[in-house]
Amino acid sequence: MAARPPAPGHTPLVPLPAFSPGPGISLYAKLEWHNPTGSVKDRPARWMLDAAEREGLVEPGDALVEPTSGNTGIALACLARLRGYRMTVVVPDNAGEERKALLRAFGAEVVESPGERGANGAVEVASDIAAAGRHTMLFQYANPANPLSHYEGTGPEILEQAGRVDAFVAGLGTGGTLMGVGRALREADPATRVVAAAPPAGESVLGLRSLEDGFLPPIFDPAAIDARILVSTADAVRATRRLLAEEGLFVGLSSGAVLHAALRWAERLGEGTLVLLFADAGWKYLSSGAWEGTVEEAAARLNGRPW
Amino acid sequence: MSVEVRIPTVLRPKTGGQGVVSAEGSTVREVLAAVEAAHPGFGPMVLEASGALKRFVNIFLDDEDVRYRQGLDTPVPDGSTLVILPAVAGG
Repeated sequence: MAARPPAPGHTPLVPLPAFSPGPGISLYAKLEWHNPTGSVKDRPARWMLDAAEREGLVEPGDALVEPTSGNTGIALACLARLRGYRMTVVVPDNAGEERKALLRAFGAEVVESPGERGANGAVEVASDIAAAGRHTMLFQYANPANPLSHYEGTGPEILEQAGRVDAFVAGLGTGGTLMGVGRALREADPATRVVAAAPPAGESVLGLRSLEDGFLPPIFDPAAIDARILVSTADAVRATRRLLAEEGLFVGLSSGAVLHAALRWAERLGEGTLVLLFADAGWKYLSSGAWEGTVEEAAARLNGRPW
Repeated sequence: MSVEVRIPTVLRPKTGGQGVVSAEGSTVREVLAAVEAAHPGFGPMVLEASGALKRFVNIFLDDEDVRYRQGLDTPVPDGSTLVILPAVAGG
């Protein structure tokens, strides 16, 4: 396998003492922006492309297509160019300008899907492109190499860095992180709880014609988590700002949502160690104004836009 | 026990266009039944004929998914908020 870019993983785990709600609670954050293209998605991107090459599904010269709100596309585009693939990425048209610019910088062709249809819309458009026969879709929502990257990578790293883990908290997108890390941690300690932080997708799915148009990622098994906590955009913005002010961590909005959900879970835990996964840094969210004006103003600007 | 129920856009045709309705009930199931009584046709959108919660519907009681509490039997405290959301992709 190509050694470029550097392999993902071995990201730092840092304590968050400013946020411990009591002496018995320890919070740690896994800082995933330390990966080669700046997000946790370098892990599934590498695992998925390696697996597809191993299985003979793709070879250099082929064209790939992937639906993504940004990070998976950036990670795949980087790998694709270095290995000689053409990469098309489908993003909702209301994704931040930084993401589209980053995708183009990394060499991807960017196709936009209707923003009001959210990630579902991107999945539909990418599926249509793949069905036309000239592109291969690795499809992070259904590809077992996605959770496997966390089962083989992220999970064992956390166990080595943290030792005991009472609860693991991460954002719910494809479900890959929660499934893979959760399985690795539970094999080490069946008492470990897995908590999902969910974005408030409700108002961003205006185009949903019926509930039957909903989408459950095939890799996500609802029975493999212990709680799902809905985090409002305002709560995510508030926690994101606090992380910068109180710990000097410039995180993306999904990390703020994860902190909010973790503090909620910590209330009932009483004591123990929580490990939080911070998927990316704040750079891609600057144009959204997440750090400008009041929390309410920032939340209003962000509503309906993918994190 | 009065609670606030937030209705997703896709279900608002069943609630006369309202995004928020109030309803009485001591469990999630009772609250949904009260909404159905006030807005006939709402219930079958979120519940299977068997009475189970539909797969593509998520219900959050004060921001926690009731599937991981006691499901439709989860007690609903007075003044709490139920948010109904369709399952959609993220990532």
